[in-house]
Amino acid sequence: MALLQIAEPGQSAAPHEHKLAIGIDLGTTNSLVATVQSGEARTLTDELGAAMLPSVVRYQAGGITVGSDAAQAATQDPANTLISVKRFLGKTQAEIEHSYGQLPYQFCEDNGSLAIQTEAGKVSPVKASSHILAALKARAEQSFGNQEILGAVITVPAYFDDAQRQSTKDAAELAGINVLRLLNEPTAAAVAYGLDSGQEGIIAVYDLGGGTFDISVLRLHQGVFEVMATGGDSSLGGDDFDSLLVDYFKQQTGVSALSPSVLRLFINKAKACKEALSQYAKVNVGLEFDGQNHTVEVTRETFDEMAMPLVKKTLRSCRRAVKDAGIENEEVLQVIMVGGSTRMPLVRSQVHSFFDKEPLTSIDPDRVVALGAALQADVLIGNKPDSDMLLLDVLPLSLGLETMGGLVEKIIPRNTTIPVARAQEFTTFKDGQTAMSLHVLQGERELVDDCRSLAKFSLKGIPPMAAGAAHIRVTFKVDADGLLSVSAMEKSTGVQAEIQVKPSFGLSDDQVANMLKESMSNAKDDMQARMLKEQQVEALRVIEALNASLDADGALLDDAQLTSLRAEIAELVKVRENAQQPSEIKAAIEKVDNASSEFASRRMDASIKKALTGQSVDNI
Amino acid sequence: MRYFELFAVPVDYNIDLATINKNYLELQRAVHPDRHANASSRDKLMSVQSAAEINDALQTLKHPVKRAEYMLSELGVDIRAEQQTLQDPLFLMQQMELREELEELASASDPDAAIANFEKQIKQLNEQYSAQLAEQLASSNEQQYQLAADNIRKLKFVYKLRDELERIEDSLFDD
Repeated sequence: MALLQIAEPGQSAAPHEHKLAIGIDLGTTNSLVATVQSGEARTLTDELGAAMLPSVVRYQAGGITVGSDAAQAATQDPANTLISVKRFLGKTQAEIEHSYGQLPYQFCEDNGSLAIQTEAGKVSPVKASSHILAALKARAEQSFGNQEILGAVITVPAYFDDAQRQSTKDAAELAGINVLRLLNEPTAAAVAYGLDSGQEGIIAVYDLGGGTFDISVLRLHQGVFEVMATGGDSSLGGDDFDSLLVDYFKQQTGVSALSPSVLRLFINKAKACKEALSQYAKVNVGLEFDGQNHTVEVTRETFDEMAMPLVKKTLRSCRRAVKDAGIENEEVLQVIMVGGSTRMPLVRSQVHSFFDKEPLTSIDPDRVVALGAALQADVLIGNKPDSDMLLLDVLPLSLGLETMGGLVEKIIPRNTTIPVARAQEFTTFKDGQTAMSLHVLQGERELVDDCRSLAKFSLKGIPPMAAGAAHIRVTFKVDADGLLSVSAMEKSTGVQAEIQVKPSFGLSDDQVANMLKESMSNAKDDMQARMLKEQQVEALRVIEALNASLDADGALLDDAQLTSLRAEIAELVKVRENAQQPSEIKAAIEKVDNASSEFASRRMDASIKKALTGQSVDNI
Repeated sequence: MRYFELFAVPVDYNIDLATINKNYLELQRAVHPDRHANASSRDKLMSVQSAAEINDALQTLKHPVKRAEYMLSELGVDIRAEQQTLQDPLFLMQQMELREELEELASASDPDAAIANFEKQIKQLNEQYSAQLAEQLASSNEQQYQLAADNIRKLKFVYKLRDELERIEDSLFDD
């Protein structure tokens, strides 16, 4: 570690300058935002001191409300109040209805993707998610006197497929957030506990939230987090325990039919009772309504008895996940508890006896995922240059192509470490064939119908040749976030085949751009100002990054190259300061970007060489 | 050969997996996109490409069949996309016998012992072909490369048997 850092005069960024990056836990029921300050991760609260923002958005003609105000309106205005939209990301209407039955929403289509009709117009799950993210971003900005937030790590469930991950990223983009990384929720929890350094072995993450239960089995090996198995129940959570207590209150008070407002009272009392029972053996609940006055006594024993079947259900999922991972319970090194419902003593004791291991509970289970995300964001944004943290993720579900007979041929199998690029060759089956259509799928099953359709491509402009003579090379690329892109070319002629991407789910870049425009069309100046600001921030990022690279590795270029690159940077600095149009800055960034391509590739080669030679120097 | 150079290990079919794994992490620490989250988009692109190549290199070198195919293709004989079948009646006969044996494992009087015995046979075959491959790939003789290609085809059969055995084992001890 460097004991003393000497900054050259004129060096771009002061070494101690703290850059602001946030971690966001975009949850089904609640969302949180956290950041690292003075080396410690902490969640940020709203003006009332609450860290959790209910993931609820209400759309009225007059405007949009996010959070607890929206949640309170849910009963009186169900059609316009979107709850748990995370469950809808990357899904079709049919899938949603199949999984969740009748919902109070009016589903419709918007530019070919799923949306919900509200008083304020059509709202897609991506848009609703972006409003939640924007609220969290605003909270973070307020906490830091409107200091610029340079980037965010956003967590997603480990089992999220490409469409769901892409939707999450689109939502972030809509909210004006620079996504540093999409991080798996269980991995984030493990990072919060510092398990990324030191220990090696298998970690189980038991996540019982407000409305969902997830179990993940991870293997930590040489800094690589591999998701071995995931499982759970998308409709089992804290709310189910509350409704058990509501039923008990009804039974004890002899009141069977409840008006909406009394039901709301019962639910709130049930929640409070459940929370109190985590600390006390007995709770007296006062229920006053419609001139009646009841007191119901609930002991922890009674509650545990009611809750046991639900807890057992989670353990069945655990057993299946452990089995899917191909391991035994005893092989699990650590069990991490995530989600507010894991505060229940019954849950803790049952999980303890299932894994025969004291679960980790020292970090607030509601915040642990956001805290882990913040820790990684802090590293990624460059606040901890000495950090050794490296989280290598794997592809959660196999990627493949449709072949003859409705079968799926796997191109990249699940659990392949990402990023990854794989190429596959195809040929034409008819003489003179000039086009070919490809269907990209994700999933483990063999039949197309059982996998998730990600995109349909048609390759056009293949030179006419005899059947089997054209060799079309299709390359799949998956980045560190688990997001897929595809390119194709005809090999013998070198013709780059034209690709049309039609995402079956999710949004195309154009759609995102359009939505971005639409969402701000009533305030054109705002949009202009925001886009200009975004480009300025981006330009600054590019300038700082390049200057830092030039300081470190300028020797890789000859004098002429160095001078011309520095001139391009100086030009960008000037444009950034004076431009009135975002497009001017964008063009200048692109120019610098192109001018630096040779430099970038030399640097990467040099760093690869250095990675291994540096090691032998250390050994001397 | 680039993949071996990447991990700074000698070009040899018999790999030093420990060193490769160790160097893999050092390389990823240098190039992984997380290390360049703040960089320009050009650097980011470069980083994703390099990280993907290093991942691919590791997968290739780790797997005995992929490693052999890679080395052979670098030596000028690319059999990775071939549809050609093996022309070795003796070998094919042996494979058919092994398949029959495999199918009878489940109904053996002592399945554990039968599986262990079968595993031993596969291991022997694997070692035999691997040892030959190492020599053939180290030579600079075109004829040896053709023999290596045949050996790789045989090794593929052996790996298929191994996968099949695992499947049978799973189904036997599942309940």
